[in-house]
Amino acid sequence: MDYFERFAIPHPSPAIYASMVAIGLTVIAMIVGLTYFKKWGYLWREWLTTVDHKRIGIMYLISALLMLFRGGADAIMMRAQMAVPDNKLLDAQHYNEIFTTHGTVMIIFMAMPFIMAFMNYIVPLQIGARDVAFPRLNALSFWLFFMGAMLLNISFVIGGSPDAGWTNYFPLANNEFSQSVGTNYYLFALQISGLGTLITGINMIVTILKMRAPGMTLMKMPMFTWSSFVANVIIVFAFPVLTVALVMGTFDRLFATNFFTTSNGGMDMLWANFFWVWGHPEVYILILPAFGLYSEIISTFSGRNLYGYKSMVGSMVIISFLSFLVWTHHFFTMGQGALTNSIFSITTMAIAVPTGVKIFNWLFTLWKGKIVFTTPMLYSMLFIPTFTIGGVTGVMLGMSAADYQYHNTMFLVAHFHMVIIPGVVFAMLAGLHYYWPKMFGFMLNEKIGKVTAWIIAISTLLAFMPMFFSGLDGQARRMYTYSASTGFGMWNMISFIGAIGLTIGFILIVYNVYYSIRYAPRNVGSDPWDARTLEWTTPSPVPYYNFAKVPHVISTEALWDAKYRQHDLFPEQYENIHMPNNSGVPFILGCIFFAWGFSFVFGMWIPTIVTTIGIFVCMAHRSLEKDPGHYVSVEKVKATESKLRGSQS
Amino acid sequence: MSDLFPLKQVMGFALSIILTIIAACVYFFDMSMPITMTILLVTAFIQAGLQLVVFMHASETKDKPAIYTNIYYALIIALVTIFGTLLCMIWGYL
Repeated sequence: MDYFERFAIPHPSPAIYASMVAIGLTVIAMIVGLTYFKKWGYLWREWLTTVDHKRIGIMYLISALLMLFRGGADAIMMRAQMAVPDNKLLDAQHYNEIFTTHGTVMIIFMAMPFIMAFMNYIVPLQIGARDVAFPRLNALSFWLFFMGAMLLNISFVIGGSPDAGWTNYFPLANNEFSQSVGTNYYLFALQISGLGTLITGINMIVTILKMRAPGMTLMKMPMFTWSSFVANVIIVFAFPVLTVALVMGTFDRLFATNFFTTSNGGMDMLWANFFWVWGHPEVYILILPAFGLYSEIISTFSGRNLYGYKSMVGSMVIISFLSFLVWTHHFFTMGQGALTNSIFSITTMAIAVPTGVKIFNWLFTLWKGKIVFTTPMLYSMLFIPTFTIGGVTGVMLGMSAADYQYHNTMFLVAHFHMVIIPGVVFAMLAGLHYYWPKMFGFMLNEKIGKVTAWIIAISTLLAFMPMFFSGLDGQARRMYTYSASTGFGMWNMISFIGAIGLTIGFILIVYNVYYSIRYAPRNVGSDPWDARTLEWTTPSPVPYYNFAKVPHVISTEALWDAKYRQHDLFPEQYENIHMPNNSGVPFILGCIFFAWGFSFVFGMWIPTIVTTIGIFVCMAHRSLEKDPGHYVSVEKVKATESKLRGSQS
Repeated sequence: MSDLFPLKQVMGFALSIILTIIAACVYFFDMSMPITMTILLVTAFIQAGLQLVVFMHASETKDKPAIYTNIYYALIIALVTIFGTLLCMIWGYL
């Protein structure tokens, strides 16, 4: 039995035992349900082995929504603990574990897969491609991400959660101060899912550079594709730094090296440095595709082409470069001199310029446009003022001298939530409503959608504005409680009410999905929003080969010009379509990676060696296997098209 | 005959051997740390460039501009990261 003692929770509570039971019951229910309804074969054939970018995109979307609720549950627990002074709902250790999990889950396992979902689903459709450049690799990316996410998510019931913050600063995160295996979970979960992200980055860059429809030059690409391209370039250059830092951290914890220690030649602040060399570009990896979505949505619902296309592209390219020059602003108070801090202050403020260019481009797109207030448009309009609050406080934090006042207070917490929630979460929700008909063939209910958008926007302000004030009054972040005499009680209570509002908003989104599945009309056509780009030429839902004929593009708004300026998008005849074969290897490799990470977390070396061999066996199999793909015949394409489009083609 | 003889590759091979020998000299001669590191860094970068251009055919396809943009961008990011790190961890650290 001694062997299994390592899996025990170091700091248990009734809530955790209840979660264990709940997780166990859910797993049993899923297995029973799949067996009872005979869905194992369906699950395996249609989803687990798929290499279709659209299916993979939907799986990313489902994972992101699940993780949104996981991270949201953590958030509401934190806010409940902080709502009144001297609260005893959570103790310090649980509070540490919860804010660590909240941050990690929300950034790495909610926001990242959310943008990956849209990139996977939309980019090939927007550029007129039939899949991404490396479909099998794309499946592998998803399964690596998913297994990494699962690895982090089981930590709180097996062996203990990470508790050193989502930034996981060493030396706090080393063996001496973080004794449970929680931090190992963090290191391996991020390593495995980060590998998946890096692979996606390369895959998407090649897809965008190599697989555009005939006539679509780089400067004729839709804005979301441009933003995805720039974001993936940042991924490819930023993620290796995280990979290396995680390996160094792993070596420190498992093999007693001294990279991030205070003695034996270690450098205690080096982790913070590496983390933010990756971490700051990561912010732009999240925000740029979100900006791309806003560009698509604002242009569609203003009935106008996007104002300043070239300056939009230019500002994104500049942001992609500047994002690598500012990371030190995350630790201005570490002890560098005034000169160093000033340099990074200036680069930080410089980033506000291209961002401002983008904001003004959106405003000018709206100018004299025929604005239609749909749910996606409403999210985009609510984004601009709320994001500006976050942005302006960011400039305040970016001034290194003043940062000594704000650093590590709730002011900072308020700032990054006011940036990330309007910037990324609103964009993702807007994109969800916007692309839902393309993905599933029916619209989400507009009325519920608009109510939800208002509730979420107001609750965001309610939840995070008070933190600016309590932060300036001196409330430090990550404190698990405070005394009544500090006067923070009222602010935190308002925050708690806002957090409840956000919970209601997200529950309404689930209700909206349920309601629309039951009641929404199914015949929405291929272009329900009167949109402007290529993805809306495909039938909804999209057939698995995407385009029956390869589109030919001569302008930035291919569909709009085809609809209103009589451009001929499809001059070609039907041809046999070459498509990739499905494969179970990416899923199996993902599972092996999960077991590999799990073995490493607990330092179980024999399973580690076995799984490492398994990984190489899978890769060798791929190298030696012959996979010529398959052809879809003209007759089958014609039959599918006439079924999906009715009699028109 | 001159078309068949891969002069560029043979020259590249010879040059990479010479660079390796120069780098290996560091081990055999007793030099100060700065000189050692300078020799190693300079030979390493020339070596890497040589491999990219001569043996990995960086400039022989129509993707030449994309490949070079990529390399230069990577180089700039790497230098910025290294010198930025040095600036805030060592030179600018009080």
